[in-house]
Amino acid sequence: MTHRYVMSVDQGTTSTRCILFDARGRLVSVVQREHQQHFPRPGWVEHDAAEIWRNLARLMPEALTQAGASAEQVVGLGIANQRETTVLWDRRTGAPIGRAVVWQDTRTDRVVEQLAREPGAKRVRELCGLPLATYFSAPKIRWMLDQTPGLQERAERGEVLFGTTESWLIWNLTGGLHITDVTNASRTMLMNLRTLSWDDELLEFFDIPRAMLPEIRSSTEVYGTTTTVVPGIRIAAALGDQQAALFGQTCFAPGEAKCTYGTGSFLLLNTGHTPVLSAHGMLTTVGFKIGDEPAVYALEGSIAVTGSLVQWFRDSLELIGTAPEIETLARTVRDNGGCYIVPAFSGLFAPHWHSEARGVIAGLTSYITKGHLARAVLEATGWQTREVVDAMNADSGLALSTLKVDGGMTANNLLMQIIADVLDVPVVRPMVAETVSLGAAYAAGLSVGYWPDLEGLRRNWHRAGQWLPTMPPPRRAAEYANWRQAVELTFGWMRPTEAARPTGTDIVDVILDDHRRIENLLRELRNDDADRAVVLLELTGQVEAHVAATERILHSPTDIDSDDLENAVLQHIREEESTLLNELRRTLSPSDRTALGRAFTAERGKHLSAQRSP
Amino acid sequence: MPGPIQSIERAAAILRLLARGSGKLGVGEIAESLELAKATAHGILRTLQGVGFVEQDRDTGKYQLGAALLHLGTSYLDVNELRSRAINWADALAARSGEAVRIGSPLDGRVLVVHHVFRPDDSLQTLDVGALLPLHATALGKVLLAYDTTLVAALRGTDIAAYTRRTLSSLTAIKRALAGVREAGWASELGEMTPGEAGIAAPIRGHGGIVVGALGISGAVERLMDSHGSPKATLLGHVRDAARAVSRDLGASRW
Repeated sequence: MTHRYVMSVDQGTTSTRCILFDARGRLVSVVQREHQQHFPRPGWVEHDAAEIWRNLARLMPEALTQAGASAEQVVGLGIANQRETTVLWDRRTGAPIGRAVVWQDTRTDRVVEQLAREPGAKRVRELCGLPLATYFSAPKIRWMLDQTPGLQERAERGEVLFGTTESWLIWNLTGGLHITDVTNASRTMLMNLRTLSWDDELLEFFDIPRAMLPEIRSSTEVYGTTTTVVPGIRIAAALGDQQAALFGQTCFAPGEAKCTYGTGSFLLLNTGHTPVLSAHGMLTTVGFKIGDEPAVYALEGSIAVTGSLVQWFRDSLELIGTAPEIETLARTVRDNGGCYIVPAFSGLFAPHWHSEARGVIAGLTSYITKGHLARAVLEATGWQTREVVDAMNADSGLALSTLKVDGGMTANNLLMQIIADVLDVPVVRPMVAETVSLGAAYAAGLSVGYWPDLEGLRRNWHRAGQWLPTMPPPRRAAEYANWRQAVELTFGWMRPTEAARPTGTDIVDVILDDHRRIENLLRELRNDDADRAVVLLELTGQVEAHVAATERILHSPTDIDSDDLENAVLQHIREEESTLLNELRRTLSPSDRTALGRAFTAERGKHLSAQRSP
Repeated sequence: MPGPIQSIERAAAILRLLARGSGKLGVGEIAESLELAKATAHGILRTLQGVGFVEQDRDTGKYQLGAALLHLGTSYLDVNELRSRAINWADALAARSGEAVRIGSPLDGRVLVVHHVFRPDDSLQTLDVGALLPLHATALGKVLLAYDTTLVAALRGTDIAAYTRRTLSSLTAIKRALAGVREAGWASELGEMTPGEAGIAAPIRGHGGIVVGALGISGAVERLMDSHGSPKATLLGHVRDAARAVSRDLGASRW
């Protein structure tokens, strides 16, 4: 009897793996290759898309060899991939244009800030279910198109193509099929959540040419057949990695949820056929779409730093040799000793969405050992999960009763116990921890009829381990309060850069920069440790120069009551940003706005230097 | 008793040579210093490189002492690392065999349960991780004893508890059983800890083949054993395959 297998590719953030599954959903062979992480500047994270493709080209034959199988025994290939990571490539040569900008990358924070002030920014979330944030593909595409002169025009002519990594790999495997699946498309900020197609309003808002975008297809359908590497394999499914995990955990019914613990962690809750918009900063996303059936939606809460906090503990602090050793170290102490680590390495995501926040280690005393720090690292993952679960419960009106977990960190028993303790619900690990790969395999197998239906898939799911909550409620409450206090310490750490913009900048940006600078000084005034006299002097000087320039250049009478400086300034900022600035945007051409920006900067500079000379 | 083995003496000389001076030497320099044929020196260096005792600089081609040698005195396999490396194979074993899987490693004269996968029938079960089992009355423990003479020595003089009438309760009986385990490459348990319960286990080996743990399944006697009280052949095969797969992942090349 010849065995038949489903091949699954998980193109993840740090590595790509290829796994063969048999008919009962069991692992037959696993091969994996890591790719290099490039960090050219603080906050920047890049991958070489060509390297990722080269890795896959080696992995597919290796997986077959390990199982002693041939391409004919593979009924279909399913791909799961790191989402949002943005690859641009040349349609003619197939070569990537620059390195891929990875989902964790925060270089687009200014782009996002500017976009948030545009008219139409409020509509974005309604249309695509996502808040404006550096995470998603559209700002990254915008940044890349702005970076290289002429690229926008080439994209408009369809010479430059965009894709997340599954599009890139399918393009390469098929010799030029340019498609994406609906779950990946739902992470770009360019797809309308209800129509499941590219949205004109969003394309216009981000000024992204439609010609560069892939065709949106269902998560499970045969897109095409491989023509290279291992030719003749049907590509039968594609899903974003977290949606693949939802599928692999068989969360097919509304109310079922899973959390994947990896570099970052992702909690997804199936909400059925209607998209639920969150009031707590959760994302609304497509969970999966099977063939011609209606799409199933999900609420998603992501935690940016979980496994990567352990990696930081290993590689940067060098307190452990391997990631699993953190459990050994954490078990050398009985509790956290009052120490909390909030890993807001590049801001806080759901449910806080503070991009200016930065991490803290709070509660340090001379009593704290590396064991306590190790425990605080693990607890940080627990409490961040709790915050997301609380928010989702509120949004969906459901109370989570069990959390299905997967990912590499589920091998950490202490962490799983901590999660059960802080959530106060059972935590369940399925028999196949590789649910991302399994989900891609399930989807591909379903697509080609290898498995008949969702119930058939459910029968493959078994419980491998379960952790029950044991923490006394008063202790849980007290610890949660401490955690929240530590979180608050991270807010407001980063300030907008003080560096002056180059002359010849848009008047709107010049004024907004001025406003932010003034707001920072107001904040500084409330800081007990600051020299208030000095800050106040600078503040009044800045306000005076701003007011003078506004009156002289924009002929807009501005009156600021110096008796109640703070409220007057804040009121001015609010009014000017909601009226005058929008009017300037609407009525003036870009070149007029640049000319005004130059004049405003000069006028303002004149007043500032006059203040300094006696 | 045969005389000293020449190639081991030469390997030791090479390590001594690398340990002094700048510590980075080309194969030609090593061959000259020790008056060896270049091919001989190269063969020994490649072998030392294979076990991690020397490393070769990729750019210059020169050799230096390897990290494995530097950590020789402190190296041990962290039990959480063991679980992390074994988890996928343990899951696969539970799925194939339909039985609960445990991984054990020695701690204070007992078997520490390092990992536990539920029997895949979705019945109510609780995690045993952290539990301590007796060495002499379990399949996991017998595997650990079979490859660790210090553990066996520690049994001497202790009170060897008889949990059931089938428990091996004399040192002689245990030693005879261990010889059988070494010969077969696996161990079983037949109602020796709990009446009606059976177990099958095989060794997990790390670098150089050193046994770092035991992996096994456990369940009702009638499911695991044939009518003669021997492990069912397919189950035994699954256990040994899984243990070998983990061993390969841990760098044990021959097993």
